This record gives sequence, C-alpha cells and structure tokens, in this order.
Amino acid sequence: MAVSGSPYALPAIIVVTVLTIGIGAYGLRFSRTTSDFLVASRSISPGWNASAISGEYLSAASFLGVAGLVMKYGADVLWYPVGFAAGYLALLLFVAAPLRRSGAFTLPDFAEARLGSRALRRWSVFFVVVIGWLYLLPQLQGAGLTLRTLTGAPYWVGAVVVGVVVTVNVANGGMRSITFVQAFQYWLKLTAIAVPAFFLLIVWQSGGFADLSGGQAPTFDEQTSVRVDTGVTVVLGEPLTLSVDGFADGADVDGPVRWTAGDHQIAAGTVLVFPDGAAVPHVSGLPALSGQTWAAPLGSGGGSPDHPLFATYSLILATFLGTMGLPHVLVRFYTNPDGRAARRTTLIVLALLGVFYLFPTLYGALGRLYTPQLLITGQTDAVVLLLPGAALGGLLGQVLGALVAAGAFAAFLSTASGLLVSVSGVLSTDVMGRGSVRDFRRAATVAGLVPLVIAAQIDRLDVSQVVGLAFAVAASTFCPLLVLGIWWRGLTAVGALAGVLAGGALSLTAVLVTVFGGELDGWPGVLLAQPAAWTVPVAFAVLVVVSKATAARIPPNIGRTMLLLHAPESLGLGRATPS
Amino acid sequence: MDSLEADGGPAPRRVRVDLAGRAVRRASYSRQELEEQTQVGEVLIRGLVRAQLALALSLAGVVILLLGTLPIAFALFPALGDVYVLGLRLPWLLLGILAYPLLYVVGWLHVRQAERIEDDFSKAVGPTQDPETNGPWQ
Repeated sequence: MAVSGSPYALPAIIVVTVLTIGIGAYGLRFSRTTSDFLVASRSISPGWNASAISGEYLSAASFLGVAGLVMKYGADVLWYPVGFAAGYLALLLFVAAPLRRSGAFTLPDFAEARLGSRALRRWSVFFVVVIGWLYLLPQLQGAGLTLRTLTGAPYWVGAVVVGVVVTVNVANGGMRSITFVQAFQYWLKLTAIAVPAFFLLIVWQSGGFADLSGGQAPTFDEQTSVRVDTGVTVVLGEPLTLSVDGFADGADVDGPVRWTAGDHQIAAGTVLVFPDGAAVPHVSGLPALSGQTWAAPLGSGGGSPDHPLFATYSLILATFLGTMGLPHVLVRFYTNPDGRAARRTTLIVLALLGVFYLFPTLYGALGRLYTPQLLITGQTDAVVLLLPGAALGGLLGQVLGALVAAGAFAAFLSTASGLLVSVSGVLSTDVMGRGSVRDFRRAATVAGLVPLVIAAQIDRLDVSQVVGLAFAVAASTFCPLLVLGIWWRGLTAVGALAGVLAGGALSLTAVLVTVFGGELDGWPGVLLAQPAAWTVPVAFAVLVVVSKATAARIPPNIGRTMLLLHAPESLGLGRATPS
Repeated sequence: MDSLEADGGPAPRRVRVDLAGRAVRRASYSRQELEEQTQVGEVLIRGLVRAQLALALSLAGVVILLLGTLPIAFALFPALGDVYVLGLRLPWLLLGILAYPLLYVVGWLHVRQAERIEDDFSKAVGPTQDPETNGPWQ
C-alpha cells in the first residue's frame, strides 16, 4: 500500500503489550485460589465489571472488521454493530439476573445443574470449546494482518505474538488479573478510536462534508501509488491508462499501460500508479458499489446481494441472540455479587458499547473518501489503521495512526484473553482435570496453542465473517438452552440435548461449508453464509417438541429451581434445604 | 409461626393478635410455603416468573417493532433510504446513531421495572431471614 502505517505504531503496540502483561502480573498478586482464577471471587463492582465485559467484547471484529465491512458494503452492514450491542439487551432481558442467581460457574455447569444430565454437560463443553476457538481464530488473524499492514512483518508473526502473550498471561493470572486488564483495555480502545475520529471529522468538515453517497464509485482524488501485497484479480469498470511496475496479466510490465474494462490479474509485489480522478478498481468478487447503492439499504446485502432481506434478518437474529451464547461473555456474569448487580452491569455495558460503536461506522464511511485503494485488494479491514495517516498526514497523522494500532492490539489481546479464560475453564474442569490451579494452567496452554497452530496455517479467512458465524453457532445452541432453561418449566434434558445438537450440527455444517467449501450462489449460498434465520428456529422447535414428548422427565425439583433463578438473593429462598 | 402451623393440631391455642405482628406472621408463612413448594408457594413463584417474562417479552416487542421492522420498511419503501434528516440519510441516522440510545433506554426501563417486580415479591414474601446470598446451586 502506498499509504503505510505510522513509524510510531510498533512502539505503541509494544507499550500496550507490556502494559497488559504488567497489569496482569499486578493482578496475579491477588490470585490465590481456583475460585480467584475462574470468577474473580465474585467481588467486582458493576462499573469495573462493565468496563471489563466491554473491553473483552470489543474484538478485532468490532475494532477493525466493522469499519472494513462498512467501507465495502455500506448501509446493510450497519446491522453488525447494532446487533453486537443489541445482543446485550437480549442478555439483559432474558438471561442476566437468573443466570447469576443460578450460581453456576460456566455454561456446562448451568446445563447440568438445571437439567441434571451429564451428556448435556459434555456436549455443552464441546460447544464452548468450538465457539471459543472459532472466535479466537479471527483475533489471531487480525493481529497478523495488523502487524503486516504496519510493519511488513510476515503474517504469522502477529498471530504468534498475540497468541503467546495471551496464553502466558492467562495461564499465570487467570481472570482476576484479566478483569483489571480488560477494564483498562476498554478505555484504551475507546480513546484509540474516538480521538482520531475527532480529527477526521475536522478534516471532513474542512472539505465541506464531501458527499459519500453520490452516484459514482470511489475515485482517487490525487495521483496514488498502490503496492499489491498478495496476488489479486481486480475488475475495472472502464478502460484506464495507468503506470504499472511488476507482473500483471501474465507479463512483466514497467511503465504506462492501457487496461481495458474487465478483469486484470496482478502479482504480489507489483506497484500500480493511478492518475488523479481515476475510478478505483475493485477486487474481483467485491461489487463496485456506486455511492448511491452503498449508502442505500438492501443494496449490497452485506455480501449476499441475491437475497439481501433474508441475509439482513439472519444477521440480526445471529447477533441479537448469539451474544448470550458466547462463553467468554457469560463467564463474566458469575463475577457479579448478585442478580441485580448483573442487570446493572449489563445496562452499563449497553451504554459503553453504544458509545464505542458510533465510531467504526465513521471510519468505514470516510475510508471511501481517503483510502479508496483498499478496495483494490479488498483488505478493508485495515481501514481503521490507515485512515488517520491518509486523511491527516504529517506528525499528527502518524501519532494518531500509532494510537489506533495500539487500540487494535488491545482488542486482540483482550478478546483473546477472555476467550482463553473460558475455554481453559471448561477444559480444566471437564476434560483435562478437576479444576485445580495447575489443571487450569495446563488447560490454558492447550487452549491457546490449538487455535494458534490453525491460525498460522490459514492465511486468508475473512475476519468479520468468521466472527458472524461464531455468533450463529452460539445463537443456535446456547441461546435456546439458556432462554428456555430459565423461563420454561417444561424443558427436559432429552429435549435440551436434542435441540442443542440439532442447532449445533446445522450451524456448524454451514460454518464449515462457508469457510472451507467453495463459493455458493443463490439460496444455498445465503442459507449457509447467514444460517441463523433457519438454524435458530429449528433449534428452538426441537427443544420444545422433544421436551413435550418427554414431559414425564421434567426435573422433579423444577419449582425450587425456578425459585432459585428468579427470587432475589436477599430472601435466601431456594438456596439451602429448609431445616 | 408455630401457632399458624398448628392447624391440624389438637386445639388451636388462643394468641394475642396485633396488626404489625400479624403482618410479620403472614409474610413468614409465604416464605415457608415457597420453601416447601406448597400450592400457595407455587402460585407466588409462578406469578413472579410470569411478571418478569411478560416484562422482558414486551420490551423485546418494543425493539422488534422499532428496529426489527426497519429492513422490511426499507424493502417496501426504498425511497426511505434517500430521505435526509439532519444531514444524514435516514438509515444511517437510525442504525448508525439512534439505535444505541434506544437500546439503552429499553435496558434502563427493564432494570427499573424488573427491580420493582422483585421488590413487590419480596414484600409479599416477607422480611429477610438469614440471607444466604451467594450460596451455590442446591
């Protein structure tokens, strides 16, 4: 890319990483028992807890991916950040307080305690690990992308750095230290995205708020040179004379060439120089949206242009209902002192996320104005990193560029830590031991290494899409289990197991086909790329129907369980056998 | 309390009744019924769960009505996408900015109402008695 990262970015990333380790080590002095490790002894106030939840939640997908998607697809993908935030409203309305009152440590604990089934517990463990790893992959890959964008380091370096730092930190400190780290990360991320945004707004304003939704596709507003890092096929809307240095369309080129409209193959390392006013070519497969189509709803379908309405509703369902099923989100609720605190914490989280998500949209939109060349390679995930330098230039642009790089690294570190804590939590209690501190450390090492190995293998996997698929799996498995488990007396262990397996198998199949299979068009493509709209209803239906068919096996102590879940703790009801 | 439990006993003892004392006894009686899963206890807890669920569902309905209908509205009336309000296209204003305060307000209403429902339940059940706040399941 001609627009390169700031020279201060690497030092900023190092500072964030060292601070993370330092705060983690500070917290370590307080971590003593297993309970400290897993749920921070439940002594964290709502304000701290909410900052920590938000810090943990704002991942590579939120910090980089949302802006990248907005830049590519426009209005339709605004549902991603809205859904990421609205997931906490669903959590608040249906899950937060009862889940805390259940007193269970982890999702498998909840499943077993509510329905008394070991089989259900084992499958819950399986899905916690699957969702956790699925969500860890894009964090590590985001780290690889960031370091490559900023320093030119090979892709695997960033992934390994984040993977190792997080694994060591979690294995040594557990969650108590992580709570401090996460709370710090939220405020760092907010600062990192909000301060440059303020300056970007000034630049945009000084240009008279240039319209982003005009009839044209983005154009270069000055002569721009673009270096292609990985081989790519681009589509030209109209013939163009440009200067090419490298290997393109099967031949060595050095100098001006006239390209016809249509496809052009460009090899890695080639430098393209576009004249002022040229239309920006788009990577093959990415529609060249005019400003009008980009700005209007249902124009791009967020990458599913054939059936935008279905894709939009499926996305809404996955994000609204998937949040409550993400293991690293739920584990935080056990650190609230009681059910009411859990509710208040969630409300603060809604506010913190609402403020944060105002900004990625702005970056994505302004990216079309100031860094349109990202559309050539399709790597719009880098827009947040490159925009400050491109739009502001000079020392200010470089300093702000370093700030967003630090924020991005905070995002990978915090989300990966949270995921690792929850995955190692269930691994250490259910698979690899009995939940001692030593088991937890061993489990954390395994839980961190597996996705690291996979991430180093798969170079190109779309960050935001994998995250969306993780939401779809969570919404199709743990969401129905939690909601029906909390509110419906008729749920049976057989019904829950059948529903979780049905929703999990269907959504996982969709994930695997989408990620590893070929591109599918039409209905099969959209049904697999955005599976939630059919897998979530199927999961709920199977839970209900099978539970009704096995109604004789409703747990006999269901009345007491309902009392425990819904009565305020201060009454002390349902908590001890009456004397 | 034991006086109230003596229903099936030989001869009910005469007890002195004053208003305050009666309220306390009445409340503690509910607590015991809840703990022992009697029918009265069942009704009390079912009422609590139903009230909380109705609250959650109605607030979810508000969000579905205000946010969930937007894609259909944009599909049926594409012209909505071209309407400018405060210098922004309507979809960008609604989804990029206004959705977040809406989610917060709905959440705030939920917290307030859910705590009210719990307070009413607590009043019906009675004063706190050896609170075992953080007890584990079972």
